Amino acid sequence: MTDDQTPFLDIRNAQKSYGDLEVLKDISLQVQRGQIVAIIGPSGSGKSTLLRAINDLDPLTGGEVWLEDMQINKKLPHRQYEKHINQVRQNIGMVFQHFNLFPHLSVRGNVTLAPKMLKGLSDAECDKLAEEQLDKVGMLDRIDYYPSQLSGGQKQRVAIARALAMKPKVMLFDEATSALDPELVEEVNLVMKKLAEEHMTMVIVTHEMGFAEAVCDRVLFMDQGVVVEEGPPSKMFRNPDNERTQNFLKKHLANANR
Amino acid sequence: MDIDLMMRVYPFFLKAAWVTVQLSIYTAILGLACGALGASMRLSRLAVLRFLGAAYVSVFRGTPALIQLFILYFGGPQIGIQLNAFEAGVIGLGVNIGAYMTETIRGSIIAIDKGQREAARTLGLSGWQAMRKVILPQAARLMIRPLGVNINALIKGTALVAAISVVELTYTAQRYIGSTYKPFEMFLLSGVLYMIIIYGTGQAIKWLDRRARIV
Repeated sequence: MTDDQTPFLDIRNAQKSYGDLEVLKDISLQVQRGQIVAIIGPSGSGKSTLLRAINDLDPLTGGEVWLEDMQINKKLPHRQYEKHINQVRQNIGMVFQHFNLFPHLSVRGNVTLAPKMLKGLSDAECDKLAEEQLDKVGMLDRIDYYPSQLSGGQKQRVAIARALAMKPKVMLFDEATSALDPELVEEVNLVMKKLAEEHMTMVIVTHEMGFAEAVCDRVLFMDQGVVVEEGPPSKMFRNPDNERTQNFLKKHLANANR
Repeated sequence: MDIDLMMRVYPFFLKAAWVTVQLSIYTAILGLACGALGASMRLSRLAVLRFLGAAYVSVFRGTPALIQLFILYFGGPQIGIQLNAFEAGVIGLGVNIGAYMTETIRGSIIAIDKGQREAARTLGLSGWQAMRKVILPQAARLMIRPLGVNINALIKGTALVAAISVVELTYTAQRYIGSTYKPFEMFLLSGVLYMIIIYGTGQAIKWLDRRARIV
């Protein structure tokens, strides 16, 4: 966090449309190293699309995404692009709503697949790496289990360990706790908090307002493809300026307390 | 029913069954190769290959296998393709069943949740690495049983090559009917042997499927 002037992750004028439907309308977002940004908003607001644009999983139709001094969504001929994007993605961890663990591999296999293939680690190094990362998410005792033998919360913690094993510079969370039973949300939140304490740079799409308020440095409220309002969580959750933000939070709180 | 006659001729039927088994094995191997190739064409990024794959499937599933066999065996020499009956049988049936296997393999691959591919690509794996290490190992398990159905069909389909006089089970039955005038006994004998072959294959497929199941 030495030079706060140059953003670590820089989204410039992101636009995305499917035919006539504009999903993202000229969105810019700068994230500093070590910062934790939450994106909230109603479904269909474009928050997941924005997140998935960061590693070019959903390529933008306009605008640029930069990580440090490297442009992520470069226009290149297919082969060169593939090479480039595979390199880039090694630096960006992603955690999905539905975990997407590889069911044919053990927990260990899930965590070590990419490091083994892409970084050429030996079996011994892989084992050490898997143990380290699984210990961090409290899943070391399940290292030789298969995904089908785990609960949702455990799966998501393994998925986080799998992403961390590539030693990413940024972690993206796409509604990481939305598919979990309520009593399993906390164990995943705790792992994410731990990452926050280690100053991992994170962009989090979430419906967990309490978590966002407790952990994040900044909150963006998106609706209909634009960032309606952004600010520190204290302001965003306690007294937002924009009426749409107020309405969204009101509805959300009403639902949460029901 | 003339049991005596059946006891006398059955060794010849066993020999013929062995031809049917060989025919089936070679055909299955060729069919799987065609199916793998066809499926990768159907799933290719390149439109030309996708078109060729689709054309292969619709031509070979859209015409009778017997006609395909006749074109190859009887029509082949006219355009310089000289094959003996067994070779023509294997190639004709193999390329035919390959069209069905193309769809089986393709179906199993696209049945894998797209989140699997996304997760792999997000970690930095290339498209091919994701296919090889994440998609195919899962799809392979899914395709065992439907490929078994294809193989079952191809074993029964080998009866067609009697029409180009390969001396397999069906042709042998026909030949012995010619000299004994006992179609019931002769066809029954070959039918029983077909059933044994198909039952055995079915058991092998089941065993494979059980073994491949994910915990």
